Parts: sequence; C-alpha cells; structure tokens
Amino acid sequence: MEMPQPDTLVLSRKAHIVQRLQKVLPESAVIFEEQEVRAYECDALTAYRCPPMIAVLPGSTTEVSAVLKICNEEGVPVVPRGSGTSLAGGALPTSDCVILGVARMNAVLETNYEDRYIRVQSGRTNLSVTGAVEQNDFFYAPDPSSQLACAIAGNVAMNSGGAHCLKYGVTTNNLLGVTMVMMDGEVVEIGGAYLDSAGLDLLGVICGSEGQLGVVTEATLRILRKPEGARPVLMGFDSNEVAGACVSDIIKAGVLPVAIEFMDKPCVEAVEDFAKAGYPEAEAVLIVEVEGSETEINDQLAKIKKIAITHKPVELRESKSEEESAAIWAGRKAAFGAMGRISDYMCLDGTIPVSELPLVLRRIGEMSKKYGLKVANVFHAGDGNMHPLILFDANKPGDLELCEEFGAEVLKLCVEVGGCLTGEHGVGVEKRDLMLTQYNQTDLDAQMDVKDVFDPKWLLNAAKVFPLSSSDDRRAI
Amino acid sequence: MNLKTETDIASYVSDAYASGCKLRIVGGGTRQSLGNPCESEAVLSTTGLNGISLYEPGALTIVAASGTPLADIEAALAAEGQRLPFEPMDHRGLLGSSGTPTIGGVVACNISGSARIQAGACRDSLIGVRFVDGTGTVIKNGGRVMKNVTGYDLVKLMAGSMGTLGVLTEVAFKVLPAPETKAVLLMEGLTDATAIQALSKALSSPYEVSGAAHVQKGLDGDPVTMIRVEGFEKSVSYRIEKLRKLLTSFGESSIEIDPVHTKAGWKWVHDVEGFANQTGDVWKISVKPADGPKVAQKLPEAECLFDWGGGLVWALTPESTDIRKTLQGISGFAERVRGNTQNTSPARVAQNAAIAKIEHGLRTKFNPKGILNAGIMG
Repeated sequence: MEMPQPDTLVLSRKAHIVQRLQKVLPESAVIFEEQEVRAYECDALTAYRCPPMIAVLPGSTTEVSAVLKICNEEGVPVVPRGSGTSLAGGALPTSDCVILGVARMNAVLETNYEDRYIRVQSGRTNLSVTGAVEQNDFFYAPDPSSQLACAIAGNVAMNSGGAHCLKYGVTTNNLLGVTMVMMDGEVVEIGGAYLDSAGLDLLGVICGSEGQLGVVTEATLRILRKPEGARPVLMGFDSNEVAGACVSDIIKAGVLPVAIEFMDKPCVEAVEDFAKAGYPEAEAVLIVEVEGSETEINDQLAKIKKIAITHKPVELRESKSEEESAAIWAGRKAAFGAMGRISDYMCLDGTIPVSELPLVLRRIGEMSKKYGLKVANVFHAGDGNMHPLILFDANKPGDLELCEEFGAEVLKLCVEVGGCLTGEHGVGVEKRDLMLTQYNQTDLDAQMDVKDVFDPKWLLNAAKVFPLSSSDDRRAI
Repeated sequence: MNLKTETDIASYVSDAYASGCKLRIVGGGTRQSLGNPCESEAVLSTTGLNGISLYEPGALTIVAASGTPLADIEAALAAEGQRLPFEPMDHRGLLGSSGTPTIGGVVACNISGSARIQAGACRDSLIGVRFVDGTGTVIKNGGRVMKNVTGYDLVKLMAGSMGTLGVLTEVAFKVLPAPETKAVLLMEGLTDATAIQALSKALSSPYEVSGAAHVQKGLDGDPVTMIRVEGFEKSVSYRIEKLRKLLTSFGESSIEIDPVHTKAGWKWVHDVEGFANQTGDVWKISVKPADGPKVAQKLPEAECLFDWGGGLVWALTPESTDIRKTLQGISGFAERVRGNTQNTSPARVAQNAAIAKIEHGLRTKFNPKGILNAGIMG
C-alpha cells in the first residue's frame, strides 16, 4: 500500500511535539514509546500496519481541541480513531502522524425519551448506546456487525449500516447532530435534537467523510421504541437466481421486512461446520425477518411465505419460538467467524442493484475459478449490499496480492452493473485506488474541494479515500 | 433559452460564469418566494430536463431528470404500489403560487412532509445526484443504490442547498411500498402542551406512527390532535386500537379510516392549508418536540400548527415581526416562509459564525462567482 512520504521535519521534532501535547493532556494520555505506539499500528484491515509517531487519548472535547490546535500549528498529520474496527483501513496510521483515539470519551451525556434522542461522547460503542436505553425498551437502530466493539465516532465517520437498515436506514438517517472539532481547534455544533437546521446540510457531508473533515467528539442520535416482537423465516432455494427473484418479489409486494439476509452455498457449508445451525442443503439461503405484534408478524409472514412458495423453496422454516429464531440467526451471525476459522479472508462490501444479483453472483463464481481462490457470499439482499468473502492464505507468498486483484475485479463489476465500491465499510486505504472506477477526476475534485474548506492543510487522515495521485497537489500545500 | 439536456445547462452556466451573469434557477416555480430575495439577471429553467430514466420497483429505486413534474413521479410510483417516503408538501396554497412542482425543486429545497417524523426528510431518501456547478462543470455523486458510502456524501449537501452549489440535473431516490391502508386517531380540545405530550407518548410507543400533528384551530375552529398509522389492514386496525387505549387518559378520541377523509385531512395539515387564506407572515420553526408548546407560548399573537410530533411549528404571525429574537433560548431554527419581501429582516439567517464560515467556503468552491441564486440562503 502506497502511503505518502513521512514528513521528516515533523519526525525530527517528535520530542518537542510530545512535550507540547503533555502540557494539555494527562501524562498517561500521550503515548510515544516505540513499543507502546505499536498497539495503534493497524485497525481491522490487519494486512497493513504502520506504527504512528505518537498516540493521544484525550478525555474531552476541550482536550481534543487543544491537541488539534497543536498539531495544526506544528503541521502534524492526525489520524482519528474510534475503536479501530475499520475493515477499510480508515484508521491506518502514517509514521509521522498523531493517532487521536476517542476511546476514553464514552459517556452518555443526555437521554431524552420524550423527544426520543440520546447524546453521547463519540468513543461510546454502538451496542452500549442501545445498552443505555434498553431498560426503557428503546434502541439505536444502526447495527453494524462489529457493534459490540465499534465506536459511534467510527460509525459517523464511515456512515455505518448493518443488517436492519432496510427498514431503519443507516447512520446518516439516525444522526441528529454532532459536536466536531475542526483541525485548527475550533469547536462547532452542527444540528441538534431537532430535525431541520438552517443552511447547508453540513451534517450530511460530515457523516461518511472518514474523519477527514474534523474530529467528532459528541453525537446526538435518534432512538426508537423497540418493536413488540420480531421473527425470522428461513428459506432455501436451489439457485441464486431464484433466491434473488424471491427477494425482488417480496419487496414488490409491499412487504418491507426489517432484514433480508442472503447466504450462498459455500457460506452455508462453512457455517454448518462451525455453528451447526441446521441450515438446509441449498444453493442459496435467505433469512427474512419481520417485526410487530404476534398478529402483525403472522400476517406479514403469511404474505412472505405465499410469495416464497411460488419460487419452489427446498426449505421453508418459520421460527416458532425464541430458541428457533436464535438458531436461524446463529448461522448468519457466525458467518464471518466460521470463515475466519477455515482461512484468512478479505471481506468486500460493494453494493449492486438488487436486479443484478444473479449475474454478479455468477460472475464472482467464474472469477473464483480464474483466481483459484474460494469465495463465499453473505449479504444484505434487500438493499443489494454484498459481502463476498474471498479466502486466501496470508502465509503463502503472493496470495494476498492475488486476493486483492480478485477483490478489485469484483468491485469493478459492482460499479459496472450500476452499483458502488462500498456500501457501509468506507473507502479507507483499501478502496482508495479504485475510486476512479466509480467517479471521474472532476467528481473527486468536487469532494476534495469540500476537504479543502474544512481542512485546508490536509492534515486530517489525508492519505485515505482519494487516490494519492489525485490528491497530491492539495496535500502538498 | 430552451435547455433540454444536461449539456445545454452546462454550456449555459459556463457562459454565465464567463460573463459573470447572475442566474435565477427555476423549476416549476411554485416555491420561488422561499429564502431570501435573489439577485439575478437571467432565468435558468430546468423544465426542459424531463423524464424518468430508470424505475425498478423490485429494487425500490427511481431516477429522474430534475425538471420532471413531481406528479409524474408520484403517478409512476403509485402504478406499482410505491411512493416517495418523505411525503413532500405542496407550497402552492400557502404561498399563493401556481405552476407544477418539479422533483428538482423538491430536492433543492429539501421539501418533506408529515412522514418525516418516521421516514426521514427528502435528503434521507435521496441516493444520487448529477448537477452543474457554478462554473459549468458537470458533477455526479452517489448513484442508484441505497447503500453507498463511496466518497463524500455530496448528495445530502445538495439537498436543501437551494441552487447555491449547483443546478441539479438528475436525482435518484430510494422509494417505499405505499401502504395498503391508513387510519387517523383524532382527539379534540387539547391544549398545546397536553397535545404534544399525547403525540410524544404515541411516538414513543411501538405502534409505528407515521404522522403526529396538532392544530390550534381545526376546520370548525377548535383544537384537533391527529395521529396517523399506515400499513397492511390488519396491522393498522391493531395499532390504531392500541394507540387509542394508550391515550385514554388524554380524553375521548375517534378513529377515521375513510381513505378520502384521512388523505384530505392530512393534506390540510401538512400543506398548512389553514394559513393559506389568512393574512400574516408564516414561519417554519424546527425545535425539539417538547419545545413546540414553548414556541407557541412565546408567540401569543400567532396561530400555530404543530407537525412532526411538535418538532415542526408553523406560526402565522402579524406581518413584519422578526420572531427569532423572541425565540432566543430555545434551540432550533426558524425561517420565514411567507412574508413581505420588503421586510428588513432576512427570511433565513445562518446558525452561527462558525457554520456561516464553512458554508461560505463551500459556496466559494462550488459557485466561485456567486452566479447561482445569489443571496438566497443569506
């Protein structure tokens, strides 16, 4: 992975920068020893590592502001970090950077059930946001698979999704406001506990900007009352095409399930070995979940089953109890772990128009043969967000490169059929160099113009999202 | 000037950029009085860009040229049992304007309706845009798939930017199934504060309320509180009964299920029809729902209509009063939607200096000579 040349001037002033940071932060919050900064050398994209020059763990918006002010004055690149669960390398350091981790900032600042929002510090984990309100039967809707560990800061940076966003939307649809610190240290409040704001939708462009526009320290999030109940149905089909057609027919019939998950045969087999979820032997398995009261669930599932039967499923299994529901989900939730047990893998997350599903799955199958690497597909079918897992052996020389080449070809295919490179993981460094397959230079310039406004010196997470050759001139300023 | 394609628009804007000619962008022309008065020397109409280029009901996606009449889009969706999730309001009655609303105008002003409380605003359903910036350059962002985090989300930035960053040429939406049926729970005679409490209780229930409004003066002059649920018939009848029981402590209620009445009644609320033929300025105020009644309290001379569970207050005020000073201390924002153009206070002001600086920076990048809808956002 090509990264910008480290700024030798910055590196040469490390001691001075550490000293300045120590003046505004508690001693334990400035990490600079070579052995210790190694803990921050990568995120969940572990193929790439680079220890940062310094890592800091501020405990408040004021401390974040002080850190950024110093870094801005000293011209030090800053890489913000939530919990470090990015699959795209969004928090990958450069050797001359300060990693700014928000993990210590995890407080709940306000909960308001009457107006249905919660305000948290951004280091709080996704699941613990729901944890803070579930005693009152409320929840925070976006539910990325990493929700146990991932921080709201990272969710906002990547505009994270999850399995249930077909009904509830992704982060940007559930984010009401942020407190953000600009690179020069200025603290701005954008949005709030109300729905519409004056002026341009800055909140909209900040969400998903991968930590390149500012450091979000607090977030106001919409919370929702939990549904009375939820129940899944599991269906097996003898081809991917038929399963895809079934998804499309369910949606066309006006039923909006809260989740539609799709697993292909290689994925089902791996899951069966690992989780023994009792999935059927089928080419494709769908899990469709609906919500509501008992009556509403029965009514919706009846509609869904009626549609499914016209596609001649090899299995149609409706959950009759909490245990059966858990069993149906157990396999899906174990999918990544199951794959991880048998092999190293790379997880892609391109999105495609749902109608292109059969074609894309067939082409991925062909590529799998061409590259000699196995691939398993598990994804959110309702919204076309694919998750092909390409299996490789990290210890075999050349295998990672081969896998990356395969991955790039899949993502190019996603774009070719009208989709995009990433549906919920973000670009990071992983897809940075593919950006020109989806956008032309003018489109990217428009995006980079936005960064110019927020971070004129390009100090914030600057080596991400845009191909280095496209951002060269701007970064040089 | 008859602009029929994106290329036509680009070349027209490019010429205007070269000569510094200030342009007023017009779609259907039904919302022209929104925002601050605009300096312009020529009009750029988008109505030549007309037509739905892609509609896949099975993928819940529609793509259309910006000048396409909203009604055409709604009709195409209705034919497949689908709809735009955000229920865009019609400003014609309120503003006394005429013309045919276009989808581009809806996006440029981020126009939503009562459903925003559940389904989000226009910007939440918008998944892709193409536009011509203030130099005549064509830019695309987002696309036609509903989950897309590839690069910055300029789609949201364009929604509600009122043409100040570029001329929209194409827009793409995520759509939703239209409900089989609707029902509205009606309560009469509640005070603002009690009504908003009732709405809050309904919105905090698991019964998926899709509209929550309160008017101080209903058609017969008395306060009416309205709660809407939508969906499959069995589900709707179940939820509306549950809501009725949940809210018994607030007094008597009735249930309206006649589709003609529910539709017309709700349109009356969310198009603010009650203010259409009354004199006075009209303000749109966005606050925390619980602050809705406080807004009304601070404006004793105003008539108020509450939507979004109390979070959106429409206030009919005496002409030429700037209510923003009166509302200081309540967080949120207020803009004048209707009023005398000679009024000295602007319809819209920036939230604060820090935000104004960022907005100015963005406009300078996308519209460097300020030729597009100059001054409309302040």
